[in-house]
Amino acid sequence: MRYIPVTCEQREAMLRAVGVSTIDELFSMIPESVRFDSALDLPDGLSEIELDALLRSLAGENEGAADLVSFLGAGCYDHYIPSVVDSVVSKPEFFTAYTPYQPEVSQGTLQAIYEYQSMICQLTGMDVSNASMYDGATAFVEAALMAARITKRHTMLCASTVHPEWQNTLATYADAGTLEIAEFPQVTGGVVNLADVEARLSAGDIGALLVQSPNFFGNFEDLAALGKLAHDAGALFVVAVNPILLGIVEPPSAYGADIVVGEGQPLGNAASYGGPGLGFFACAEKFVRQMPGRVVGRTTDVDGAMAFVLTLSTREQHIRREKATSNICSNHALNALTACVYMAAVGPHGLEGIARAALAKAHYLRDALLATGKFVAPWDAHFGYEFTLAYNGDVAEMHDAMLARGFLAGVSVADVEAEWPTGVADAENLVVFAVTEKRTKEEMDAFVEEVASL
Amino acid sequence: MAHPNDRVYSKEHEWVVADGDIATIGISSFAQDQLGEVVYVDLPSEGDSLSAGDSFGEIESVKSVSELFAPVSGEVVEVNSALSDSPETVNSDPHGDGWMIKLRMEDAGELSALLSAEDYDAFITEG
Repeated sequence: MRYIPVTCEQREAMLRAVGVSTIDELFSMIPESVRFDSALDLPDGLSEIELDALLRSLAGENEGAADLVSFLGAGCYDHYIPSVVDSVVSKPEFFTAYTPYQPEVSQGTLQAIYEYQSMICQLTGMDVSNASMYDGATAFVEAALMAARITKRHTMLCASTVHPEWQNTLATYADAGTLEIAEFPQVTGGVVNLADVEARLSAGDIGALLVQSPNFFGNFEDLAALGKLAHDAGALFVVAVNPILLGIVEPPSAYGADIVVGEGQPLGNAASYGGPGLGFFACAEKFVRQMPGRVVGRTTDVDGAMAFVLTLSTREQHIRREKATSNICSNHALNALTACVYMAAVGPHGLEGIARAALAKAHYLRDALLATGKFVAPWDAHFGYEFTLAYNGDVAEMHDAMLARGFLAGVSVADVEAEWPTGVADAENLVVFAVTEKRTKEEMDAFVEEVASL
Repeated sequence: MAHPNDRVYSKEHEWVVADGDIATIGISSFAQDQLGEVVYVDLPSEGDSLSAGDSFGEIESVKSVSELFAPVSGEVVEVNSALSDSPETVNSDPHGDGWMIKLRMEDAGELSALLSAEDYDAFITEG
């Protein structure tokens, strides 16, 4: 297989057409002093056989979650992906299609998005879902922007227990745009401090209270109390959730959430190198005209047959320019489809089973790690399938030693704090562990034994 | 299509009926016809203060979303909340029940800068 962009003959013809005889002559107006004057130091081209061997040897240097025992989470999880997911998603009709610029001729794509939206609504308990956003972080920030449009208040109160990278994304948008971020409320016992939240809401200038539950440390926030505080202060309540746990916990709608967002990677999407992600975004119907992104609707065509259309695209960038509700006017269609197929494959009972298994295993591992005496619990909060412990030693050394033994030993809070401070005291020894339904008792017991022996 | 001559018009296709210092504002029959079926009207809050030329809301039809511009300056004293449930009134009765906001005008002299029905009809015919 050769890739030759231009033949010598074509190059000669182009040079003749513009009236120069050599490529060098084309660049002659660039001063000698700033030109690179030696040959590029590149190896010779490879044959296909050589190239195949080289790429295989490079790929062989990867150590993936398939070969290691992974306790990594913090937004990107090692859940099992049923083989039917890849099989459906890999159909060329889905796999090669780009975002539908002539949407109504892409009925299959639209229907898949419509099914995805319907499932997200069922999962979150909200009225309307959009066709998806880029990832959890962008969905989170878009929720803040939407809340500002609705309340006409541009100051956001964000829990500092939200994923630090999401907070960083919020700060980036705020820095370049119209949002302000209020001083972060304190963290007590691994969750946001309710009294401090109430105090910061009391001025009545907050557009939205933004929380994540379970939060970055794995702990459940008191959504019922937080939702009431937000609404009493005239603010919207924006809740970020883990979609797998919605298989067993009350949907955020039960706590009065106005906008629900989250990272959809756990729903059948590969962890890859931490992406691409899938931002899901759902809200109450009364806010739909301020919702970012696109929405697929179901209708009937002129013959009365079921048909799918892009609804509310009058608010998208190609029509509304700078007045658009968002500058994300595409979506992660293939990732949304993947989530859709995953949810259809596992079903509500399957999702419940996955969540229950992960939760039970996480609680087992936490108890076992504490029993080694190598770890200390920084708080006693309710958690899902992810929890945080303080390590009695150097976290980086522990990570290296466990990697050599075939384990990915959780996410170092200090590493993530390089992006954004969490506001939690003594964070440098904290490690966030995630335990999905894939982990076996044998793997966990082996991990505990090895880490205790360090 | 002659527009009623009991009011004045802006080149942005809003009409104004003045009663003392209260100005009632809507969009012209021509404008609603150009927009097509209106599905949503976003209006300001009572108490908002507007200057002539400010955007005071937006109107969405099945075809597009357009800004609404205040033809005169003043404070919003009333909004037509019935339009949130029945925005199609803007199509069926643009010069009557389809009104949008009432302003307490700061300067009734601004009205003289607006077009008479005759001039507005001529303006849209030039198009």
